[in-house]
Amino acid sequence: MREFITQTWSWWFSGTMIAAIMFFLLYFGQSFGFSANLRTICAAAGLGKKTKFFDFNWKAQTWNLVFLVGAIVGGFIANQVLSSGTPVEISQATINDLSKLGIAAPASLQPAELFSLDAILSIKGFLVLAVGGLMVGFGSRYAGGCTSGHAISGLSDLQVPSLIAVIGFFIGGLAMTFFILPLIF
Amino acid sequence: MKFIKFLLLGIVFGVVMAKSEAISWFRIQEMFRFQAFHMYGIIGTAVILGVIGVALIKRFKIRDFHGNQILFYPKDKSIIRYLVGGTIFGLGWALSGACPGPMVVSIGYGFLTMSIVFLFAIVGTYLYGVFKEKLPH
Repeated sequence: MREFITQTWSWWFSGTMIAAIMFFLLYFGQSFGFSANLRTICAAAGLGKKTKFFDFNWKAQTWNLVFLVGAIVGGFIANQVLSSGTPVEISQATINDLSKLGIAAPASLQPAELFSLDAILSIKGFLVLAVGGLMVGFGSRYAGGCTSGHAISGLSDLQVPSLIAVIGFFIGGLAMTFFILPLIF
Repeated sequence: MKFIKFLLLGIVFGVVMAKSEAISWFRIQEMFRFQAFHMYGIIGTAVILGVIGVALIKRFKIRDFHGNQILFYPKDKSIIRYLVGGTIFGLGWALSGACPGPMVVSIGYGFLTMSIVFLFAIVGTYLYGVFKEKLPH
């Protein structure tokens, strides 16, 4: 049992759980969309005084901020209680491709080449994370949603705009993976 | 107390994202290189169950726990905002290996440097708010 919990959870169980979370949120009168929190945080910081986009009743979104806090706690529990400490078992093909970029095979969940203290103390390392975050934040609001809002909630409702957004996710993701990452690393 | 259910759902979300390794930069690279089924399996399972569930909710006019009928609102019809916004999002997703949910799960997991990605995602959202009126939608 212990081993069953600490190993990587299967795609079918994880996908089922994510659908269940979406349905529980609907049952509780809300909808699944994580990036809305980024806008809520801007509004809660008082940015609505100068920028109309952040001038809304953000307190109605408190439930989503609580969900965000829960997600942080969930990550903590997953590591402290439920982890076997084994590195991510990605395919050998991916390990080979990444080694050509100078990124070593996984030693944990995230590559030290991007997320170690050493990495972020270099100008390039800091910019990689900063620009990555900037594009996720800007793009998710421009597109009106992220993976949870469009790929999960929107596609579940067979919404064409969400399909277009997901196609965009892949255009950007493939361009970064195959054309830009080799220039950076 | 009315928020505790959202805290619990958030915890389950965080655990599932971490234990499925969907928060891993390596898994996102593996996905964009089409070298494993894992991420497609997670998203695909969620979407297939989601499509069935949403159709049932609409068909049987299922109500939420407040007693209100669960409604789905069609998103504004457009191509440019979804395509361009989505592409910018995808560039950031493949670079940082994280979308907004996994960012905070990673921070909780102990990858504190992911806070930089999250803080700049807030800055990115702010910049969108500032330039919104000037962007084609």
